[in-house]
Amino acid sequence: MLSGPNRDPLLTVESLSLHRGGRELFRELCLEVLPGQLLQVDGANGAGKTSLLRILAGLSRYGFEGKVHRSVPLLYLGHLPAVKALLTPRENLAWHVSGEGAYNDQQIEAALARVGLYGYEDVPSHALSAGQHRRVNLARLYLSDCPLWLLDEPFTAIDKTGVAELELLLVEHVQAGGAVMITSHQPLRVDYPVLAINLAQGLQA
Amino acid sequence: MNAPGSARFCLRLLRRQLVLAARRPIEIGNPLLFFAMVVALFPLGLGPAPDKLAGFAPGILWIIALLSNLLTSDGVFRSDFDDGGLEQLLLAPQPLYLSVLAYIGAHWLITGVLLALVSPIFALMLNLPVAAIPVLVLGLLIGTAVLSLVGGIGAALTVGLKRGGMLISLLILPFYMPVLIFGSAAVQAAVTGIPSGPYLAILAAMLCLAIALAPLAIAAGLRISVDA
Repeated sequence: MLSGPNRDPLLTVESLSLHRGGRELFRELCLEVLPGQLLQVDGANGAGKTSLLRILAGLSRYGFEGKVHRSVPLLYLGHLPAVKALLTPRENLAWHVSGEGAYNDQQIEAALARVGLYGYEDVPSHALSAGQHRRVNLARLYLSDCPLWLLDEPFTAIDKTGVAELELLLVEHVQAGGAVMITSHQPLRVDYPVLAINLAQGLQA
Repeated sequence: MNAPGSARFCLRLLRRQLVLAARRPIEIGNPLLFFAMVVALFPLGLGPAPDKLAGFAPGILWIIALLSNLLTSDGVFRSDFDDGGLEQLLLAPQPLYLSVLAYIGAHWLITGVLLALVSPIFALMLNLPVAAIPVLVLGLLIGTAVLSLVGGIGAALTVGLKRGGMLISLLILPFYMPVLIFGSAAVQAAVTGIPSGPYLAILAAMLCLAIALAPLAIAAGLRISVDA
Protein backbone atom coordinates (compact mmCIF):
# COMPACT_ATOMS: atom_id res chain seq x y z
CA MET A 1 0.00 0.00 0.00
CA LEU A 2 1.18 3.50 -0.71
CA SER A 3 1.72 5.49 2.44
CA GLY A 4 1.62 9.25 2.55
CA PRO A 5 3.49 10.91 5.36
CA ASN A 6 5.87 8.06 6.12
CA ARG A 7 9.38 9.07 5.14
CA ASP A 8 11.20 5.84 5.84
CA PRO A 9 13.44 4.89 2.94
CA LEU A 10 11.99 2.28 0.60
CA LEU A 11 15.41 1.14 -0.44
CA THR A 12 18.80 1.69 1.12
CA VAL A 13 22.09 1.07 -0.61
CA GLU A 14 25.30 1.06 1.39
CA SER A 15 28.71 1.42 -0.28
CA LEU A 16 27.89 -0.61 -3.33
CA SER A 17 30.80 -1.42 -5.64
CA LEU A 18 30.77 -3.43 -8.81
CA HIS A 19 33.52 -4.67 -11.08
CA ARG A 20 32.81 -6.26 -14.42
CA GLY A 21 35.44 -7.56 -16.79
CA GLY A 22 38.27 -5.93 -14.87
CA ARG A 23 36.55 -2.54 -15.03
CA GLU A 24 35.11 -0.64 -12.11
CA LEU A 25 31.54 0.32 -12.94
CA PHE A 26 30.76 2.12 -9.71
CA ARG A 27 32.37 2.35 -6.31
CA GLU A 28 31.05 3.08 -2.82
CA LEU A 29 27.63 4.00 -4.13
CA CYS A 30 25.37 5.09 -1.26
CA LEU A 31 21.74 5.75 -1.89
CA GLU A 32 18.45 6.12 -0.08
CA VAL A 33 15.26 5.98 -2.08
CA LEU A 34 12.55 7.88 -0.23
CA PRO A 35 8.82 7.99 -0.92
CA GLY A 36 8.06 10.65 -3.50
CA GLN A 37 11.37 10.44 -5.26
CA LEU A 38 11.80 10.13 -8.99
CA LEU A 39 15.32 9.01 -9.79
CA GLN A 40 16.87 8.71 -13.20
CA VAL A 41 19.99 6.62 -13.61
CA ASP A 42 22.15 8.08 -16.29
CA GLY A 43 25.30 6.85 -17.96
CA ALA A 44 26.76 5.78 -21.25
CA ASN A 45 26.15 2.33 -22.72
CA GLY A 46 27.97 -0.18 -20.58
CA ALA A 47 28.14 2.17 -17.60
CA GLY A 48 26.33 -0.35 -15.44
CA LYS A 49 22.77 0.97 -15.35
CA THR A 50 21.16 -2.40 -15.91
CA SER A 51 23.62 -4.10 -13.57
CA LEU A 52 22.74 -1.58 -10.86
CA LEU A 53 19.01 -2.12 -11.27
CA ARG A 54 19.39 -5.89 -11.24
CA ILE A 55 21.37 -5.67 -8.02
CA LEU A 56 18.77 -3.41 -6.46
CA ALA A 57 15.94 -5.70 -7.55
CA GLY A 58 17.73 -8.69 -6.04
CA LEU A 59 18.31 -10.57 -9.29
CA SER A 60 22.08 -10.30 -9.04
CA ARG A 61 23.14 -11.62 -5.70
CA TYR A 62 26.85 -12.17 -6.15
CA GLY A 63 29.80 -10.39 -7.65
CA PHE A 64 29.31 -7.03 -5.95
CA GLU A 65 30.31 -5.49 -2.65
CA GLY A 66 28.07 -3.54 -0.34
CA LYS A 67 24.58 -3.93 1.03
CA VAL A 68 21.14 -3.43 -0.39
CA HIS A 69 18.21 -3.24 1.97
CA ARG A 70 14.72 -3.49 0.49
CA SER A 71 11.92 -2.61 2.86
CA VAL A 72 8.93 -2.70 0.50
CA PRO A 73 7.71 -4.87 -2.37
CA LEU A 74 9.08 -3.70 -5.66
CA LEU A 75 8.19 -3.99 -9.28
CA TYR A 76 11.03 -4.52 -11.71
CA LEU A 77 10.65 -4.16 -15.46
CA GLY A 78 13.68 -5.34 -17.36
CA HIS A 79 14.71 -5.26 -21.00
CA LEU A 80 12.68 -8.37 -21.76
CA PRO A 81 8.92 -7.92 -21.82
CA ALA A 82 8.00 -11.25 -20.16
CA VAL A 83 5.01 -11.46 -22.47
CA LYS A 84 4.10 -14.89 -23.78
CA ALA A 85 3.28 -14.89 -27.47
CA LEU A 86 0.87 -17.81 -27.07
CA LEU A 87 -1.24 -16.05 -24.46
CA THR A 88 -3.55 -13.10 -25.02
CA PRO A 89 -2.71 -9.80 -23.29
CA ARG A 90 -5.50 -10.50 -20.81
CA GLU A 91 -4.07 -13.91 -19.91
CA ASN A 92 -0.57 -12.52 -19.78
CA LEU A 93 -1.63 -10.07 -17.09
CA ALA A 94 -4.07 -12.31 -15.22
CA TRP A 95 -1.61 -15.19 -14.91
CA HIS A 96 1.54 -13.14 -14.63
CA VAL A 97 4.49 -15.03 -13.15
CA SER A 98 5.47 -12.10 -10.95
CA GLY A 99 2.70 -13.24 -8.59
CA GLU A 100 1.65 -9.70 -7.78
CA GLY A 101 -2.06 -9.41 -7.57
CA ALA A 102 -5.20 -11.22 -8.42
CA TYR A 103 -6.86 -8.81 -10.80
CA ASN A 104 -10.37 -9.00 -12.10
CA ASP A 105 -11.36 -8.54 -15.72
CA GLN A 106 -12.38 -4.90 -15.33
CA GLN A 107 -9.04 -3.94 -13.82
CA ILE A 108 -7.13 -5.69 -16.59
CA GLU A 109 -9.31 -4.17 -19.32
CA ALA A 110 -8.86 -0.71 -17.81
CA ALA A 111 -5.09 -1.16 -17.62
CA LEU A 112 -4.89 -2.39 -21.19
CA ALA A 113 -7.05 0.52 -22.33
CA ARG A 114 -4.67 2.90 -20.56
CA VAL A 115 -1.72 1.57 -22.56
CA GLY A 116 -3.69 1.86 -25.82
CA LEU A 117 -4.51 -1.80 -26.25
CA TYR A 118 -8.27 -1.42 -26.05
CA GLY A 119 -9.77 -4.07 -28.32
CA TYR A 120 -6.65 -6.20 -28.26
CA GLU A 121 -7.42 -7.90 -24.93
CA ASP A 122 -8.16 -11.30 -26.46
CA VAL A 123 -5.93 -11.23 -29.52
CA PRO A 124 -3.07 -13.73 -29.30
CA SER A 125 0.05 -11.79 -28.39
CA HIS A 126 2.03 -13.14 -31.34
CA ALA A 127 -0.21 -11.00 -33.54
CA LEU A 128 0.99 -7.86 -31.73
CA SER A 129 3.99 -5.72 -32.62
CA ALA A 130 7.11 -5.39 -30.51
CA GLY A 131 5.94 -2.06 -29.17
CA GLN A 132 2.58 -3.52 -28.25
CA HIS A 133 4.34 -6.36 -26.41
CA ARG A 134 6.13 -3.78 -24.35
CA ARG A 135 2.84 -2.01 -23.74
CA VAL A 136 1.30 -5.20 -22.37
CA ASN A 137 4.20 -5.29 -19.95
CA LEU A 138 3.75 -1.62 -19.08
CA ALA A 139 0.09 -2.27 -18.28
CA ARG A 140 1.43 -3.92 -15.12
CA LEU A 141 2.34 -0.44 -13.89
CA TYR A 142 -1.33 0.53 -13.95
CA LEU A 143 -2.25 -2.55 -11.94
CA SER A 144 0.61 -2.57 -9.50
CA ASP A 145 0.36 -1.79 -5.81
CA CYS A 146 4.12 -1.91 -5.30
CA PRO A 147 5.45 1.34 -3.82
CA LEU A 148 8.84 1.03 -5.50
CA TRP A 149 9.28 0.73 -9.25
CA LEU A 150 12.59 -0.13 -10.88
CA LEU A 151 12.25 0.44 -14.61
CA ASP A 152 14.99 -0.45 -17.04
CA GLU A 153 14.60 1.49 -20.29
CA PRO A 154 10.79 1.45 -20.21
CA PHE A 155 10.54 3.80 -23.21
CA THR A 156 12.16 1.40 -25.68
CA ALA A 157 9.93 0.84 -28.72
CA ILE A 158 7.19 3.07 -27.26
CA ASP A 159 5.81 5.87 -29.45
CA LYS A 160 5.83 9.57 -28.45
CA THR A 161 2.31 9.75 -27.00
CA GLY A 162 2.98 6.51 -25.11
CA VAL A 163 6.10 8.02 -23.59
CA ALA A 164 4.20 11.13 -22.52
CA GLU A 165 1.49 9.06 -20.84
CA LEU A 166 4.09 6.95 -19.12
CA GLU A 167 5.80 10.08 -17.79
CA LEU A 168 2.48 11.25 -16.37
CA LEU A 169 1.97 7.88 -14.72
CA LEU A 170 5.40 8.03 -13.10
CA VAL A 171 4.62 11.44 -11.63
CA GLU A 172 1.24 10.23 -10.35
CA HIS A 173 2.96 7.31 -8.69
CA VAL A 174 5.59 9.36 -6.88
CA GLN A 175 3.01 11.96 -5.86
CA ALA A 176 0.98 9.18 -4.26
CA GLY A 177 3.97 8.35 -2.07
CA GLY A 178 5.72 5.79 -4.22
CA ALA A 179 9.17 6.02 -5.70
CA VAL A 180 10.49 5.35 -9.18
CA MET A 181 13.99 4.58 -10.31
CA ILE A 182 14.34 4.62 -14.05
CA THR A 183 17.13 4.17 -16.54
CA SER A 184 16.66 6.05 -19.74
CA HIS A 185 18.76 7.89 -22.26
CA GLN A 186 16.08 10.47 -22.98
CA PRO A 187 15.64 13.23 -20.42
CA LEU A 188 12.30 12.90 -18.60
CA ARG A 189 9.91 15.69 -19.56
CA VAL A 190 8.02 15.89 -16.32
CA ASP A 191 6.81 18.63 -14.02
CA TYR A 192 8.50 17.12 -11.03
CA PRO A 193 12.02 17.26 -9.59
CA VAL A 194 14.07 14.43 -11.05
CA LEU A 195 17.08 13.24 -9.11
CA ALA A 196 19.79 12.19 -11.52
CA ILE A 197 22.25 9.47 -10.63
CA ASN A 198 25.15 9.59 -12.97
CA LEU A 199 27.09 6.40 -12.66
CA ALA A 200 30.28 8.10 -13.72
CA GLN A 201 29.90 11.06 -11.34
CA GLY A 202 27.57 10.09 -8.50
CA LEU A 203 24.37 11.60 -7.14
CA GLN A 204 23.30 15.01 -8.41
CA ALA A 205 20.35 17.17 -7.50
CA MET B 1 -0.57 -5.89 -0.96
CA ASN B 2 -3.17 -8.06 -2.63
CA ALA B 3 -0.64 -10.65 -3.74
CA PRO B 4 -2.28 -14.06 -4.02
CA GLY B 5 -1.37 -16.77 -1.56
CA SER B 6 1.15 -19.45 -2.45
CA ALA B 7 -1.44 -22.11 -3.20
CA ARG B 8 -3.47 -19.85 -5.47
CA PHE B 9 -0.34 -18.66 -7.23
CA CYS B 10 0.70 -22.28 -7.78
CA LEU B 11 -2.63 -23.11 -9.34
CA ARG B 12 -2.36 -20.02 -11.49
CA LEU B 13 1.09 -21.06 -12.73
CA LEU B 14 -0.09 -24.62 -13.32
CA ARG B 15 -3.01 -23.39 -15.37
CA ARG B 16 -0.78 -21.01 -17.31
CA GLN B 17 1.70 -23.76 -18.18
CA LEU B 18 -1.05 -26.15 -19.21
CA VAL B 19 -2.72 -23.55 -21.43
CA LEU B 20 0.66 -22.74 -22.99
CA ALA B 21 1.21 -26.43 -23.67
CA ALA B 22 -2.29 -26.91 -25.06
CA ARG B 23 -1.73 -24.04 -27.51
CA ARG B 24 1.29 -25.87 -28.90
CA PRO B 25 -0.03 -29.43 -29.13
CA ILE B 26 2.95 -30.56 -31.20
CA GLU B 27 5.12 -30.26 -28.07
CA ILE B 28 2.78 -32.60 -26.22
CA GLY B 29 2.56 -34.95 -29.17
CA ASN B 30 6.29 -35.21 -29.87
CA PRO B 31 7.27 -37.42 -26.90
CA LEU B 32 4.29 -39.67 -27.51
CA LEU B 33 5.17 -39.94 -31.18
CA PHE B 34 8.74 -40.76 -30.24
CA PHE B 35 7.47 -43.44 -27.89
CA ALA B 36 5.23 -44.92 -30.59
CA MET B 37 7.99 -44.92 -33.21
CA VAL B 38 10.53 -46.69 -31.06
CA VAL B 39 8.01 -49.26 -29.89
CA ALA B 40 7.06 -49.91 -33.50
CA LEU B 41 10.71 -50.31 -34.50
CA PHE B 42 11.73 -52.78 -31.79
CA PRO B 43 9.82 -55.80 -33.11
CA LEU B 44 11.34 -55.16 -36.54
CA GLY B 45 14.82 -55.07 -35.09
CA LEU B 46 14.48 -58.01 -32.73
CA GLY B 47 12.77 -60.31 -35.20
CA PRO B 48 9.37 -61.95 -35.14
CA ALA B 49 9.52 -63.76 -31.81
CA PRO B 50 6.64 -62.65 -29.55
CA ASP B 51 8.04 -64.50 -26.52
CA LYS B 52 11.42 -62.83 -26.77
CA LEU B 53 9.72 -59.48 -27.23
CA ALA B 54 7.62 -59.96 -24.09
CA GLY B 55 10.77 -60.63 -22.11
CA PHE B 56 12.36 -57.38 -23.25
CA ALA B 57 9.17 -55.33 -23.02
CA PRO B 58 9.51 -53.96 -19.45
CA GLY B 59 13.02 -52.70 -20.11
CA ILE B 60 12.17 -51.31 -23.53
CA LEU B 61 9.12 -49.42 -22.29
CA TRP B 62 10.98 -47.87 -19.38
CA ILE B 63 14.00 -46.88 -21.44
CA ILE B 64 11.80 -45.12 -23.98
CA ALA B 65 9.85 -43.37 -21.22
CA LEU B 66 13.13 -42.17 -19.76
CA LEU B 67 14.47 -40.94 -23.09
CA SER B 68 11.29 -39.13 -24.04
CA ASN B 69 11.35 -37.42 -20.65
CA LEU B 70 14.97 -36.45 -21.24
CA LEU B 71 13.99 -34.94 -24.60
CA THR B 72 11.39 -32.64 -23.10
CA SER B 73 12.90 -31.67 -19.75
CA ASP B 74 15.28 -29.24 -21.48
CA GLY B 75 12.40 -26.92 -22.32
CA VAL B 76 10.69 -26.58 -18.92
CA PHE B 77 12.14 -23.15 -18.15
CA ARG B 78 13.59 -22.27 -21.58
CA SER B 79 10.87 -20.02 -22.96
CA ASP B 80 10.41 -18.19 -19.67
CA PHE B 81 14.14 -17.57 -19.54
CA ASP B 82 14.16 -16.26 -23.09
CA ASP B 83 11.31 -13.78 -22.64
CA GLY B 84 12.25 -12.50 -19.20
CA GLY B 85 9.43 -14.27 -17.35
CA LEU B 86 11.90 -16.17 -15.21
CA GLU B 87 13.29 -12.95 -13.74
CA GLN B 88 9.78 -11.99 -12.73
CA LEU B 89 9.17 -15.41 -11.22
CA LEU B 90 12.28 -15.08 -9.07
CA LEU B 91 11.08 -11.68 -7.84
CA ALA B 92 7.63 -12.98 -6.95
CA PRO B 93 6.76 -12.69 -3.25
CA GLN B 94 5.58 -16.31 -3.15
CA PRO B 95 8.11 -19.02 -2.25
CA LEU B 96 10.02 -20.20 -5.29
CA TYR B 97 9.93 -23.77 -3.95
CA LEU B 98 6.20 -24.03 -4.63
CA SER B 99 6.30 -22.12 -7.92
CA VAL B 100 8.93 -24.53 -9.17
CA LEU B 101 6.76 -27.47 -8.10
CA ALA B 102 3.94 -26.01 -10.18
CA TYR B 103 6.18 -25.83 -13.25
CA ILE B 104 7.37 -29.38 -12.75
CA GLY B 105 3.83 -30.55 -12.02
CA ALA B 106 2.66 -29.11 -15.33
CA HIS B 107 5.56 -30.78 -17.12
CA TRP B 108 4.70 -34.10 -15.50
CA LEU B 109 1.04 -33.82 -16.46
CA ILE B 110 1.78 -33.20 -20.13
CA THR B 111 4.56 -35.78 -20.46
CA GLY B 112 4.60 -38.45 -17.76
CA VAL B 113 0.89 -38.80 -17.10
CA LEU B 114 -0.01 -38.87 -20.78
CA LEU B 115 2.71 -41.40 -21.43
CA ALA B 116 1.51 -43.59 -18.57
CA LEU B 117 -2.04 -43.40 -19.85
CA VAL B 118 -1.18 -44.50 -23.38
CA SER B 119 1.44 -47.04 -22.30
CA PRO B 120 -1.04 -49.99 -22.20
CA ILE B 121 -1.35 -49.72 -25.99
CA PHE B 122 2.39 -49.86 -26.41
CA ALA B 123 2.63 -52.67 -23.87
CA LEU B 124 0.24 -54.74 -25.99
CA MET B 125 2.28 -53.95 -29.11
CA LEU B 126 5.28 -55.48 -27.33
CA ASN B 127 3.28 -58.48 -26.16
CA LEU B 128 3.58 -57.66 -22.48
CA PRO B 129 1.28 -59.91 -20.40
CA VAL B 130 -1.95 -58.09 -19.60
CA ALA B 131 -1.53 -58.81 -15.89
CA ALA B 132 1.59 -56.63 -15.78
CA ILE B 133 -0.07 -53.59 -17.36
CA PRO B 134 -1.52 -52.03 -14.16
CA VAL B 135 1.91 -52.22 -12.55
CA LEU B 136 3.46 -50.64 -15.63
CA VAL B 137 1.00 -47.73 -15.58
CA LEU B 138 1.35 -47.15 -11.85
CA GLY B 139 5.13 -47.43 -12.02
CA LEU B 140 5.27 -44.97 -14.93
CA LEU B 141 3.04 -42.50 -13.09
CA ILE B 142 5.32 -42.47 -10.05
CA GLY B 143 8.57 -42.86 -11.96
CA THR B 144 7.99 -40.12 -14.52
CA ALA B 145 7.23 -37.69 -11.68
CA VAL B 146 10.70 -38.44 -10.28
CA LEU B 147 12.18 -38.06 -13.76
CA SER B 148 10.47 -34.67 -14.23
CA LEU B 149 11.73 -33.42 -10.87
CA VAL B 150 15.29 -34.58 -11.49
CA GLY B 151 15.17 -33.35 -15.07
CA GLY B 152 14.09 -29.97 -13.75
CA ILE B 153 17.39 -29.65 -11.87
CA GLY B 154 19.29 -30.14 -15.10
CA ALA B 155 16.97 -27.77 -16.94
CA ALA B 156 17.41 -25.06 -14.30
CA LEU B 157 21.19 -25.34 -14.39
CA THR B 158 21.50 -25.30 -18.17
CA VAL B 159 18.74 -22.85 -19.04
CA GLY B 160 21.23 -20.02 -19.48
CA LEU B 161 23.28 -21.97 -22.01
CA LYS B 162 22.52 -21.78 -25.71
CA ARG B 163 23.02 -25.48 -26.25
CA GLY B 164 22.35 -27.24 -22.98
CA GLY B 165 20.92 -30.42 -24.46
CA MET B 166 23.99 -32.64 -24.22
CA LEU B 167 25.07 -31.24 -20.88
CA ILE B 168 21.68 -31.84 -19.33
CA SER B 169 21.92 -35.53 -20.31
CA LEU B 170 25.32 -35.86 -18.70
CA LEU B 171 24.14 -34.10 -15.55
CA ILE B 172 20.96 -35.96 -14.86
CA LEU B 173 21.25 -39.34 -16.55
CA PRO B 174 23.02 -40.87 -13.51
CA PHE B 175 20.09 -39.82 -11.34
CA TYR B 176 17.66 -41.42 -13.78
CA MET B 177 19.27 -44.83 -13.33
CA PRO B 178 17.64 -45.88 -10.02
CA VAL B 179 14.22 -45.01 -11.44
CA LEU B 180 14.91 -47.12 -14.53
CA ILE B 181 16.17 -50.06 -12.47
CA PHE B 182 13.29 -50.19 -10.01
CA GLY B 183 10.65 -49.23 -12.57
CA SER B 184 11.49 -52.01 -14.98
CA ALA B 185 12.07 -54.43 -12.09
CA ALA B 186 8.52 -53.79 -10.89
CA VAL B 187 7.11 -54.71 -14.30
CA GLN B 188 9.44 -57.71 -14.56
CA ALA B 189 8.22 -58.89 -11.15
CA ALA B 190 4.61 -58.59 -12.27
CA VAL B 191 5.41 -60.60 -15.40
CA THR B 192 7.02 -63.45 -13.43
CA GLY B 193 4.36 -63.38 -10.71
CA ILE B 194 6.49 -62.03 -7.85
CA PRO B 195 4.84 -59.25 -5.78
CA SER B 196 5.77 -55.93 -7.35
CA GLY B 197 4.68 -53.86 -4.36
CA PRO B 198 8.16 -53.44 -2.86
CA TYR B 199 9.56 -52.04 -6.12
CA LEU B 200 6.71 -49.58 -6.42
CA ALA B 201 7.21 -48.62 -2.78
CA ILE B 202 10.86 -47.85 -3.47
CA LEU B 203 9.81 -45.75 -6.49
CA ALA B 204 7.35 -43.89 -4.26
CA ALA B 205 10.09 -43.33 -1.67
CA MET B 206 12.27 -41.83 -4.42
CA LEU B 207 9.37 -39.59 -5.36
CA CYS B 208 9.03 -38.36 -1.76
CA LEU B 209 12.73 -37.60 -1.62
CA ALA B 210 12.62 -35.87 -5.00
CA ILE B 211 9.62 -33.72 -4.05
CA ALA B 212 11.38 -32.66 -0.86
CA LEU B 213 14.80 -31.89 -2.31
CA ALA B 214 14.60 -31.31 -6.07
CA PRO B 215 12.67 -27.99 -5.85
CA LEU B 216 15.42 -26.59 -3.62
CA ALA B 217 18.04 -27.53 -6.20
CA ILE B 218 15.91 -26.24 -9.06
CA ALA B 219 15.28 -22.92 -7.30
CA ALA B 220 19.01 -22.51 -6.62
CA GLY B 221 19.81 -23.47 -10.21
CA LEU B 222 17.38 -20.90 -11.57
CA ARG B 223 18.82 -18.16 -9.38
CA ILE B 224 22.32 -18.98 -10.59
CA SER B 225 21.21 -19.09 -14.23
CA VAL B 226 19.43 -15.73 -14.03
CA ASP B 227 22.28 -14.16 -12.08
CA ALA B 228 24.95 -15.17 -14.60
